[in-house]
Amino acid sequence: MTTATSASGLDRPRKRFADYLETALPKIVLGPTLLIALFFIYGFIIWTGWLSFTDSRLLPRYELAGFVQYVTLFENERWWTALRNLGIFGGLFILVCLVVGLLLAILLDQRIRAEGILRAVYLYPMALSFIVTGTAWRWILNPGLGLQNLIRQMGFESFTFDWIVTPGMSIYTVVIAGAWQSTGFVMALFLAGLRGVDDAIIKAAQVDGASPTRIYTSIIIPSLRPVFFSALIILSHIAIKSFDLVMALTGGGPGFSSDLPATFMYTFAFNRNQIGLGAASAIIMLMTVVAIIVPLMYSETRRGHLGR
Amino acid sequence: MSTLSIINVKKRYGPVEVLKGIDIDVKDGEFLILVGPSGCGKSTLLNMIAGLDTITSGEIAIGGRVVNDLSPKDRDIAMVFQSYALYPNMTVRNNISFGLKIRKIPKGKQEETVNRVAKLLQIEALLDRMPSQLSGGQRQRVAMGRALARDPALFLFDEPLSNLDAKLRVEMRAEIKLLHDRLGATIVYVTHDQIEAMTLGDRIAVMKGGEVHQLATPQEVYDDPADLFVAGFIGSPPMNLVRAPVAHKNGKVGVNLHDGGETFFLAAPDAVQNGLSAWNGSEVVVGIRPEQITDDLARGHERSDRIKRRAKVDVVHPTGPDTLVLIQLNDTPVTCRVHPETRVQSGDNADLMFDLSKLVFFDPDKETRIR
Ligand SMILES: Nc1ncnc2c1ncn2[C@@H]1O[C@H](COP(=O)(O)OP(=O)(O)OP(=O)(O)O)[C@@H](O)[C@H]1O
Ligand SMILES: [Mg+2]
Repeated sequence: MTTATSASGLDRPRKRFADYLETALPKIVLGPTLLIALFFIYGFIIWTGWLSFTDSRLLPRYELAGFVQYVTLFENERWWTALRNLGIFGGLFILVCLVVGLLLAILLDQRIRAEGILRAVYLYPMALSFIVTGTAWRWILNPGLGLQNLIRQMGFESFTFDWIVTPGMSIYTVVIAGAWQSTGFVMALFLAGLRGVDDAIIKAAQVDGASPTRIYTSIIIPSLRPVFFSALIILSHIAIKSFDLVMALTGGGPGFSSDLPATFMYTFAFNRNQIGLGAASAIIMLMTVVAIIVPLMYSETRRGHLGR
Repeated sequence: MSTLSIINVKKRYGPVEVLKGIDIDVKDGEFLILVGPSGCGKSTLLNMIAGLDTITSGEIAIGGRVVNDLSPKDRDIAMVFQSYALYPNMTVRNNISFGLKIRKIPKGKQEETVNRVAKLLQIEALLDRMPSQLSGGQRQRVAMGRALARDPALFLFDEPLSNLDAKLRVEMRAEIKLLHDRLGATIVYVTHDQIEAMTLGDRIAVMKGGEVHQLATPQEVYDDPADLFVAGFIGSPPMNLVRAPVAHKNGKVGVNLHDGGETFFLAAPDAVQNGLSAWNGSEVVVGIRPEQITDDLARGHERSDRIKRRAKVDVVHPTGPDTLVLIQLNDTPVTCRVHPETRVQSGDNADLMFDLSKLVFFDPDKETRIR
């Protein structure tokens, strides 16, 4: 008999090994992944944080040296360029992706015939890596090979489009290529959101007398708030960690005029043997991400608690 | 004047004709119910009235004005949807006032209206909440409030109570009835619920396959169904419909029934004697409501138009106020409604009283009424 008598005097089957296994299985399966994640993500964050407070150069050294690296970092003009570029790139990239993505989604939502194909066309760039995107756009934007050349051959001899080789403008080419790649994805997010809006809500608004524009601006777009939030989080982290796109498109150039913090970090940590400085810039990037995402997450989950 | 007339309205979606010529006239202040099985075109008809969809042919007039080519906002209607369709991003207050804002009603007037409606529906405390923070019944009230705020010529309700639990539904039903009495508004109301249809409506339009089978008061629809479909659709439990041969006995026409044993004769009411005699010898469908087959306790004693029979009870379903008893007549299960204090058990033979005054007869092929 594997039954014991419980307080109520009823038979109570004893837990067997298989039952224990069943309850513990999720933990057993997830355990290694969790440990690996803890070590390789949070462990390395801590390591980088530590290095940023040392005067490591070619090889890591572990004696703490205070804030020297941070002071050096913020005295470095190239770092400031990278930060300014991040502001321009991040702001424009997110804005263009959101606006164009939303517009495309609204247009596609009008139940047009070729929707399936168009959706695939818009979404396709997302399937490419940023390296491919960057390389393709480097050719397209190259004054001698690409767009400028093409239009000049068509007879517009004075047409100039050489942003990619112009120091103040090259960062905008990064915006163009980045937006080209990510807009389709944002569109897909918005389209899913639009499709989730109850038809009856739109009918109710029509009966209430709202014009189609008004229905979009007053009801549908505001109710896409959670989608905006997801898109914003995804886009801002793409922007902040952007590295491969710049590397493939401009290589940070001309000069270092299109540097972003990520390329800055790479250059200093691995090309210029200033691991401490690289680590400091990496920590600043981490702080930026945290500073943007944590309040957003917090406000959104709080709204969630209020039952949105 | 808030009348509604629907004249020979048809609607096709591609090759499918969803509405096949609907004719309905709704008087000022009337409460019209649309009932029918799923997919019969009730929502489609309501959408046409609202102008959310175009009609293929025919004419719809609201308050004497043909509205075929008017957009929903110019038709002077308000609509309540099954899913409530509250604007998720707006507070209850803004939900109610949205239509007023669009119509550029002055701010002060808007506030006044919102407060009046909120008071009427007892949702004053909810005005600053978001729809997602409301219970089903509260959302339903807000949806009603949004319709009431506009004071339209015509209210359209598409199954507004079907998402509520049974108790709340009874409450809201009573409230809607009260509102209608108070406002005297013209209402077209779609429902699946038998009781809603019977209690709320001034008239009921019973639809099937895009056609109106009967348009009459609830009592007429119940007692005097136009055809076999209406007879089987209205009533819960539904009318018993049994195939039976027509026969003569003692100078009266009627039908023969048997419960597996001996055959007995049910004489037809006087009004259908003539009509039914043409069917002598062939089979018809006889319709008898469960409450017309009952026991002594519930229905007093034998009269000329009531006959008493013993029948074998197959199944007993107590429902509380009544007990439903299933017997077999002409190999068809037949429901009888007996008094709950009559203790019958399956397998027993019970004494049952047949009330013959409301028997109805149908042509078994054409499904039309025999009168
Ligand atoms: N846009 C459409 N295109 C094609 N067929 C449609 C369309 N809308 C409705 N129908 C068809 O019209 C018929 C009637 O639909 P409707 O929604 O009016 O039914 P209903 O009576 O309201 O049913 P329910 O009680 O389930 O709500 C259905 O058979 C449906 O398939
Ligand atoms: Mg419907």
